[in-house]
Order: sequence, then C-alpha cells, then structure tokens
Amino acid sequence: MTTLLNILWLGLKEIRSLLCDLVMVLFVLYAFTLAIYVQATGTSSEVNNASISFVDEDGSALSKELINAFYPPRFQVPELIAASEVEEAMDKGLFMFVVIIPPMFESDLRADQQPDIQLNIDATAMQQAGIGSNYIKNIINDRIASFLSRTDVTPPQPINLVVRRLFNPNGESSWFKSVVAIINQISLLTIVLCGAAVIREREHGTLEHLLVMPLTSFEIAMAKVWANGLVILIATGLSLFLVVMKALQVPFAGSIVLWFCGVILYLFFTTALGLFLGTISRSMAQFALLIMLVIIVIQLLSGGSTPVESQPQWLQRMTYLLPSRHFVSFSQVIIYRGGGISAVWSQFLIVGGVGLGFFVYSMALFRKSIAVTK
Amino acid sequence: MQFCVSESDGKPVVSIKDVTHRYGSVVALDGISLDVPSGCMVGIVGPDGVGKSTLMALIAGSKKLQHGSVTVLDGDIADVRHRRIVCPQIAYMPQGLGKNLYLELSVHDNVDFMARLFGLSAAERSTKVKELLDATGLGPFPGRPAGKLSGGMKQKVGLCGALVHEPDLLVLDEPTTGVDPLSRRQFWTLIDDIRAGRPSMSVIISTAYMDEAQQWDWIVAMDAGRVLATGTPAELMERTGTKDLEKCFIALLPEEKRMGHTELIIPPRAAAESEIAIDAKGLTRRFGSFTAVDHVTLSIERGEIFGFLGSNGCGKSTTMKMLTGLLPPTEGTATLFGHSVEAGSIEVRKRLGYMTQAFSLYGELTVRQNLVLDARLYHITPEKAKARIEELVEKFGLGPHLDSLAEDLPMGLRQRLSLAVAVLHEPEILILDEPTSGVDPVARDSFWELLIDLSRKQGVTIFVTTHFMNEGMRCDRISLMNAGKVLACDAPQKLIETRGAASLEDAFIAYMEDAIVGAAPSGKSKDEAAISAPAVEKPVPPPSPAKQSDFKLQLVRMLAYTYNETMQIRRDPVRLAFAFIGSALLMLVFGFGITTDVENIRYATFDLDRSPESRAYLEQFAASERYFIPTEPIGSDQDALKRLQSDDISLVLEIPPNFGRDVRKGSKPDVSAQVDGANPFRGETIAQYAQGVHNTLLNDPASGLDTDKKKFTANIQDRYMYNPTFESIYSIVPSVPALLLILIPAILMSVSIVREKELGSMINFYVTPTGRMEYLLGKQIPYIVIGMINFFILAAMALLVFGVPIKGSFLMLTLCTLLYVTATTGVGMVTSTFTSSQVAAVFVTAILTIVPTIQFSGLLQPVSTLEGNARFIGLIWPTTYYMHSSVGAYTKGLGPALMVQDLVFLACCIPILWAVSLVGLRKQEK
Repeated sequence: MTTLLNILWLGLKEIRSLLCDLVMVLFVLYAFTLAIYVQATGTSSEVNNASISFVDEDGSALSKELINAFYPPRFQVPELIAASEVEEAMDKGLFMFVVIIPPMFESDLRADQQPDIQLNIDATAMQQAGIGSNYIKNIINDRIASFLSRTDVTPPQPINLVVRRLFNPNGESSWFKSVVAIINQISLLTIVLCGAAVIREREHGTLEHLLVMPLTSFEIAMAKVWANGLVILIATGLSLFLVVMKALQVPFAGSIVLWFCGVILYLFFTTALGLFLGTISRSMAQFALLIMLVIIVIQLLSGGSTPVESQPQWLQRMTYLLPSRHFVSFSQVIIYRGGGISAVWSQFLIVGGVGLGFFVYSMALFRKSIAVTK
Repeated sequence: MQFCVSESDGKPVVSIKDVTHRYGSVVALDGISLDVPSGCMVGIVGPDGVGKSTLMALIAGSKKLQHGSVTVLDGDIADVRHRRIVCPQIAYMPQGLGKNLYLELSVHDNVDFMARLFGLSAAERSTKVKELLDATGLGPFPGRPAGKLSGGMKQKVGLCGALVHEPDLLVLDEPTTGVDPLSRRQFWTLIDDIRAGRPSMSVIISTAYMDEAQQWDWIVAMDAGRVLATGTPAELMERTGTKDLEKCFIALLPEEKRMGHTELIIPPRAAAESEIAIDAKGLTRRFGSFTAVDHVTLSIERGEIFGFLGSNGCGKSTTMKMLTGLLPPTEGTATLFGHSVEAGSIEVRKRLGYMTQAFSLYGELTVRQNLVLDARLYHITPEKAKARIEELVEKFGLGPHLDSLAEDLPMGLRQRLSLAVAVLHEPEILILDEPTSGVDPVARDSFWELLIDLSRKQGVTIFVTTHFMNEGMRCDRISLMNAGKVLACDAPQKLIETRGAASLEDAFIAYMEDAIVGAAPSGKSKDEAAISAPAVEKPVPPPSPAKQSDFKLQLVRMLAYTYNETMQIRRDPVRLAFAFIGSALLMLVFGFGITTDVENIRYATFDLDRSPESRAYLEQFAASERYFIPTEPIGSDQDALKRLQSDDISLVLEIPPNFGRDVRKGSKPDVSAQVDGANPFRGETIAQYAQGVHNTLLNDPASGLDTDKKKFTANIQDRYMYNPTFESIYSIVPSVPALLLILIPAILMSVSIVREKELGSMINFYVTPTGRMEYLLGKQIPYIVIGMINFFILAAMALLVFGVPIKGSFLMLTLCTLLYVTATTGVGMVTSTFTSSQVAAVFVTAILTIVPTIQFSGLLQPVSTLEGNARFIGLIWPTTYYMHSSVGAYTKGLGPALMVQDLVFLACCIPILWAVSLVGLRKQEK
C-alpha cells in the first residue's frame, strides 16, 4: 500500500516537472501530430517524377507515340539524347532510365520480327528502379498493342492472374507509414524523456535525496515508468485518433483496445531502456551520444523501414529479441489485418519480457550509479 | 606585505565607469564605477552571486561589455585592437576548481598548452614550464591528468598556466574556494613570492572568505551588484568599528539586509547521559586503486552538532554517503542508533534527514509543492502535514514565497527550504553536506540559528560538513579531514589549545603537516608534499613578440590546439568509442538492415483442381527459390485469411476448380493471388513478382501449358546497369559511408567546441592571442583525421564483410573523402556556433545532417527525381556530391574524370563553411 502511494506521488511529481518544461511539451505535441502527418504523406517509395530519356533511332510514328506515353507526375517529360551520350548521362546520374529504340523498329514490328527495345536502368537507385522498370515495360507493351490494333484491348492471355491486395487494396503508403512513424516517435521520445529524467535528477542531486528517504529503488524507477509512459500513451492516443484515423483516414481493422495493450507493453520496454541508458551514462552528453546509436538500431531494424524477411538469417535471429520489431509486426496484424489476441500473444510476451529484463537490470545498477557520478 | 604604489605613480591599472551588466532580467552589476590602484594586491569581497565573477571577467576582457566603460592598462578593453595588444600582459584564472584546465590532459601538457598559445619557443617553454611546476611543488607529477588532482593542486596548475607568460595584471577569481587550508596558505605564499620578484605586477582577487582578505592592500566590498565600500582593510574596519572583515562586511550591508541580525550565541550543550546516535567503525571506501575514505571512525552523541571540516575531494561527501546508506562501504560499518544503514533499511531512513551539497529540491515545483511532496513520501497524514508545514513555514520565514518556484528563490532562502524539507518528518539525525556554501554571512547566521534551535531544544543530532573555519568553531565537536583520513577529532577550542595555535585554521594546518611528515618520510612522495615553495626566480626575460614571425606564431597556436584536442580524444573513451565503434556498428546495421530487396516470401497454395496443369503452374513458383518459399498448402478460405492475418504467409495462390480442363479448352481460367498489402511497398513488389513468374510461365514452352506464342510484340531487354544482379547491397553499402562520414565527424566536431563552452575551457580562447581561424582549424584537424580513418575502416568493411569492392579510382575517392570530411566537420563547426549545451549540439547536429542526407542527397530517391525546394537543398548539400562519387567509385566503376565535378563542388563548400563559423564564433563571452 505505501509502495503504491509512493509510486503515485513520485509519478505525479514527474508529470508536473514535465508539464513545466514548455519546450518539451510542445516538442512532444509536434512529434505526435504534424511530424507524423508529414512523414506519412511526404516521402513515398512509389515511383514519382522519375527521370527518363529516349534514344530514338527509329524516328517513326510509333517511337514518337512511345515517347509521348511518359508524362508527369510519375515520369518527368522525357528528354531525347543521342546514342553516344547514354554512358555519360548514366554515369553522371542524370537519368534513372534510358530507353533505346533501334532503327527500323516500327517496320520490324509490323513484320513480326520481334525487335528489341533496350531499357537501361540505373540499378543503384534501388527503390524506384525495380518498380519503375515494370511500369515502363507495361506502358510500352500497352502502347505497342494499341498502336498496332488501334484498340485499347490487350491481346488475351491463356490464363489470367488476378491479383488482390488484401488489407490495403489501393496500396496507399500513408497507411503503413503513419503507424511506423508513431512507433518511431514512441521509441525515441520515451527513451529520451525517461533517460533524461534520471540524469537530470542525478545531476541536480535530487536522486540522492530520494534514495536517502524511505523509498526503494523500485518505487523511484516505477514512478518514472508510469509517469513518462502515461504522457506518451496519451500522445499516442491523440495521434492515432486525430492524425491517423481522422486526418489520414486509415481504417483500423482490429481491436483498438488490444493495440493499446501492446502499446503499454512497448512503453514499459522503452521506459525501462531509458532508465537503463540514463543509469549507465555518466553525463547528459554521453547519454546523447548513446541514444544516437541505440535509436538508429531500434528504428532501422524494426521492419518499419525495410522488411524483416530481407535481413540475413543471423540478423533475423538477433532482431528476434528486438521489441520494436515485434511492435511493428503486431501493429500490422492488429491495425490492418484485424488479427486478434491469438495472433499476437507471443509477440506481446517477448516485448514485455525484454522490458522486464532491462527494468530489473537497471534497478540493480540504480544505487551503484550514485557512486559513479561524483 | 607590500604597500601600494598607487600613491607614487597615481595611475589606476583598471578604471571602471558606470558599468551595468544583465543576464536576461537579472542585474548582475548595477552601475559600478571604480578605480583600482596599480601594483597592489586588491581583493573584491562579497558572498556568491553579487557580481564579483562578472566584474572579473569584464576586466580580463573575456566577457563582452554591455554598458559603461572599462579601461585596463591604459586602453579600452572593449576595443578589439587594444585587447589584442594587452592580452599577453593579462592573466586570468576563472572561478571553479580547474575550470579552464583540460581534465584529460596532464599537468605538464596543460601548462605547456598555455605557453604555446602565448607563442613561447620550444626552449623557453621547457625551462619556463619546469620552473613554474617546481616552484608550485607540482614538479614530481608532470604526467598526472589534471582531472585526478586535488582541488588545491588544480588551482596551482591553473596559476602556472596564468603565469607562464609573465603578466602585468593577474586576475584571480575565487582561487581558494574549496581548497584545503594548507594548500590555501601555500597558494598565498606563492603569490607573495611572485610579487616579490615582480613588484610592478597588479593582482586582483575575488573571494568569499572574508578572513582571507584581511591582509591585502586594498578591498572592494560588493553586494547585490553594487560597491558597498572601498579602502584598505584597516580603514574599513575603523570606519565600521569592527574587529574583523566579516563583521565589517555585515555592518556595511544596507539596513534592510541586516535586519534582525544579531551576534550568534550558541548555548552550551547540556552534558547528559547520552545515547550514541551515529557510530562509524573503520569506514573505508575505495574507487579502483584510489582510496577516497581511509578507516574513518566516529562516534557522535544524540543532540550533538558535529562538524566535518575538509577541502573539496578530501572524502567528506563520500563519508556522508556511507553514513546515509547511499554508498556501501568497502570496509567497516556504520550504524545509526545501533541499526545498520545498509541499503533497504527503510525504518532507519525514516529517522534521518538529509540535505545534499547542491540544492537538491525540485526547482520546477513551488515551495509548497516541495514540502507537500516530502510529507506524502514520508506518509504523514494530511492534517498533521498541514500543521507541520505551517509551523515550519513560519519558523523558517518562507511564508511570502510559498507559491514561487524553488528555482527562483535566492540562495539563502533555498537553503532554508532545503532544511525545512529535511526536518519535515522530524528526524532524529540531520546530515547536512556543505549547507552554507554560496550563502551570504547574514543568511548563514540565520541558518545556524535554526540548526542550534534544532539541536538544543529538540535534541536533534546534527552532522554537518563545511569548509568555512568559522563555522567549524560553532560546532560542539569537529573532525579535521584530509586525503580520506581523519586527522583529529575534538571540540574546536580544544584542538586549538592542543596545538597551541592562534586559530582553527592554524591548528588544521599543523595537523596536516604532521600527517604529511608521518606519511611520507622520504620527502616529496605525497601529493601535497611540497610544503613551502621556493620563490620564483626571474631568470627568463619576457618573450619578445617580435622574435617570431606572425605566421609562425599562428601556426604554433593552431598546432597547439590540434595537439590538445588529439590528446583529449585519446583519453575520452566515450567519444573515442563513438568515433570508431559507432561508425562500424552503424555500417553493419545500415548495410544489413536497409534493404529494398523483397525476398524469402512465404506463400501457400490453395489448389482446388489438383490436375497436372495446376501442379505445373504452381511448380513454377516453387522453382524461384530466391523469392518464394512454399509452406503447407491451405485447405479452406478461412484458413487462408487466418494465416495471412497472423503474418504466417504473405501470398496465397488459389487455383479454381476445373483449371486444367479450362486451360486445355482455351477458356482462360482465372488464378487468384491474394497478397498481404499491409506494407504497401512490399505488397506491390510481391504482386509484381507473382506477375513476373506468371508471365515467364506463359512464355515458356517447357511449362507444359499449351499456350500460343504472342504475336506482334517487342522484346524489352532490361539492362540493370552497374548492379546486374539488382541487389540492394551494391547501392546501400556505398551510400552508407556518405551518411556516416557526415553524421559522426559533424557531431564530434560540434561537441568538441560546445564542450569547451559548457565546461569553461573556452575562456583560454577568449583571453589568449589565439585567432578564430587558428582555433577552428586547430580543432578541426584531428576530426578530419578521424574521418579519414573511418573511411578506411568502412572501405575495409565494405570489402571484407559485405563483399563490395571499389571498382573505380580509389585514389580519387580518397581525395573526395578528404574534402568531404573537411566539409562535414565544417558543418559541425557551424552548428556549434548556435548551440550552447553538448546535448543540444548532438541532437541539433544529428537532425540537421540526417534529414537532408537521407531525403535529399540521393540515398532513398535519386536527386534527379526531386522537385522544388527539395531539389535545391539536394543541389547545395555536400553529401549529394560525395554520394555520387562514392556510389560511382564502388558500384559504377567511374574513372577519375567523372569525379572531378564532385571534387570541385566539395572544395567550394569548405571556405563557405569556414566563413560562416568564423562569423558565428565569438572572441568574447556574451
């Protein structure tokens, strides 16, 4: 009972301190509203404004037609270059794609000689190169077919492959990116808030003061966990309802309550990690350098930036212990695929378990860290 | 003591007219006018926070003058040209123990660094530095890092650094605060000796110890940003009719401040049967090989005021931490009322009140909130707490300030609030760690009244540490502590009598000398062994500036900073690790973590036909192993959805019934592919792969599916240039160095400059002839070297770990890298001009470098596809050009000619970044 009261009072103090820091409050608000919106709608992995040029050695009506088939916003207005300029232009990175239409192309085609069109792709521009080249091929094929038959019907194939995208039928990238953005902000801000709170108390000597009072390390640590966790939880809620569901119109397929249970578990992990980092670093400056390294690992390997399945096997085994990977994964299950508890319980377990590990370990270090500072 | 020469030559060394200085809305100096006589030992006395330090910094020219005029050595110190001329004649030692020292550097290197900045030649340096170190008794430890010295020794190193260029004006800001009495005495002897050798030298010293100033030539008493009085100590005491300077100072204070101040009277303690409150036996604490506290044994009775005297770093605070259970002792035991204080004993802690050295309350809470929080944490019932808080507020005079924030209170009030919080739960033992440092004499007396009341009327045992001797006199018993050992323990008067000394300070010094002789029979083997320093001789004439050319001097100063910075980084494990391990780690994470390849897609089939045709069709998917991994086939629609939902599989291929028959009949059956689109990029790619496999199958005559060859089509031949296998590793691995070589050098560079601002060693730049360009370049060189080493590490990793070799010109890439890291450290320099804390420097630099680097320089999206502002940023951001040359050299195999343009652009960035940093770097503190 006294333990619970102590945790409550200390936590209220923590929240009050945080609310006094106007800059921090504004930053949290910004990070969970505008920043999410910008990240979700801003960059896109789809092909957009791709630079393309043509080498037209045919000069026929068909080749003109093909060149005119590429226009903004997906492609820039194509430029015409000479065959001798191709290498240099690609080397300089002026174009992502260069299409070479050979001489006699149209007439060869009409003679059913199956002429070749060469499509040069700058394969160092990974994200756009793969998808972009497929677009180009489809556009060229369609144009040739329609040009030859003057109808817009493609010749039928013996078997049709009907592709259906589940969970996000139009492939809108803002759906996925907004949630990943929230996850990244949760990781960053909770760790920073919680770790900085520990270091600030130690630098100001208030932590010493608390440790001399009839309080246990568990109570002091737990107060920081719930107070900082709650602040971020509220911010997350605002962000989900206002930005993700209202402004971006992302449908929530599964149970919101279940997702928030997962968020709470993840917050436990991040606050515990913040405590841990705050306890092991000797000064705010060291903490800042440490954060840089930790946060990049947490965010990049979570599967939010690039799919986990593409990591090498040994790395996948290591990231299995990374709670952010499970958070990204169960968020997809709950929000888009509408999965229930049976689909996510094992991931909940890992997130909570790793959090508990950090929490217990930093508690053990808590008292010792006092000796280190001075 | 010498006499002032001011009467004879009449010209003041410093003349201050109508100077006002503000920090935001706080007025530090309020219209001060003052003429300081030359050739004297001038003391500026007053408690902390009255504006002494500001005044000293203005005189030394390290702080920018806001209003009024300050004439130093016959010229306006606000004038840059005059400052440049006189700065070799002024020496300035800022407040704080070793504040302008580089703690990672050795004693010798610190002094030598200052000598280099003042342009001494190598020969002059080595003799001068040795001479000064010998004179100050630091001779035996030239190689010890400054951070591992005691406070007194740090101050001596600082003094050596200040004296190395033979100044005419020595400005010392509280040089002895927190220094043990013996070192303090040695320090003053040293100053006297130096003055004896250079009679024309003027010395201006500020101090909060009034008794110290007693013997100086001329005193300026200050309070609240104003001058109270000036004159010789004798004059001032005569004027106020007091016997010592402390009382004199109180008498000089304006009426409202003195209000209610009376001589402090300590009633004698009733000698009664008493219980032992605090008992320590053989307490010892070691940190590594360093013994902070060495077998301390104490026994303190209930109701006693026990004083603990010693210098900074002598082990006082460590002893207290062991008594309060904050630190477990390495050896020995500590008990409070017979109970062990080891961590976890909540009951004992309830009987304990504690006040830490620094102000340890929550500044962001109000006075009332601080008190209420404490009452709650001690579980005092709300009614009782209310009554108790009211009582304390009245007794401690906190009433008018109940709702102001604790951080806004003046120092004296804060200490009273701290005490109120410490006694709120009516503890039986009160442990106070330097409660009165930084508090003016009047407030200090009123604080002691409260302590005496607690001890005598309520029987509270008080354990208090202090470095003020006159506070020690107020305790019932004191123990004198030095270098981790208790030298003596008794009533103060008794200690004085035992040693036959004139004052407690003399007695303390006598004990310390005994201890040194006892501990070190061989002479100077102990840290503080040099008891009396020989006078500084004057064999070396002051260096003549004309001796070396200007350019050479500039080069020397620049290299001095380079050497200094290099040594600092080498001894700072955290920054060193960040510099080298950080980039290797991030290279691994980025290299393996960022990949746009979608591979190993788990899929399942739902074959409702089970004909040879359907099997042949599905066989094609199983055959493309790089992309598709087959899993157990699906039995029903629900099963498919469930497995897609739980992320078990990402693709379901459903073959309709009668598929084989329809194919044979040519009636074009539909195969359905359900793709997990939760991650749209991945979903899109999977869909295309499926389509691709499907298309291959239809065109493959060996597929067993009898299909017509298409007519009138063109073959579109893909040519994946530079990266034929189209694996993202070949584009990511060369891009990552471009990111890391801006992120890490820029952060380190920015931190290295901001760190000097934050820790105070920036003052060396303000008060020495170092030019801004010399400073910047000197600090930049080590980081360029770190950047280059990182480049080679990353190139080696790219080859050995990722198997991505450099196909193009390695030499050209190395050249580009050199220019690139020069530019990126320049970016760090620019961010350091507008950040003032290391934390801000790290985050601001990180955000400012990561965002344009990732978004606009071609890492994710080619620059050629950017539009508007994004394209503009991309075109001026150096990473764009380095990215081109790096990807070019690794993957595209570009020759040197194609990288020349990048080289030229990167070279153009450098002078621009230098110019911006130069404008942003101030040569004076604001």
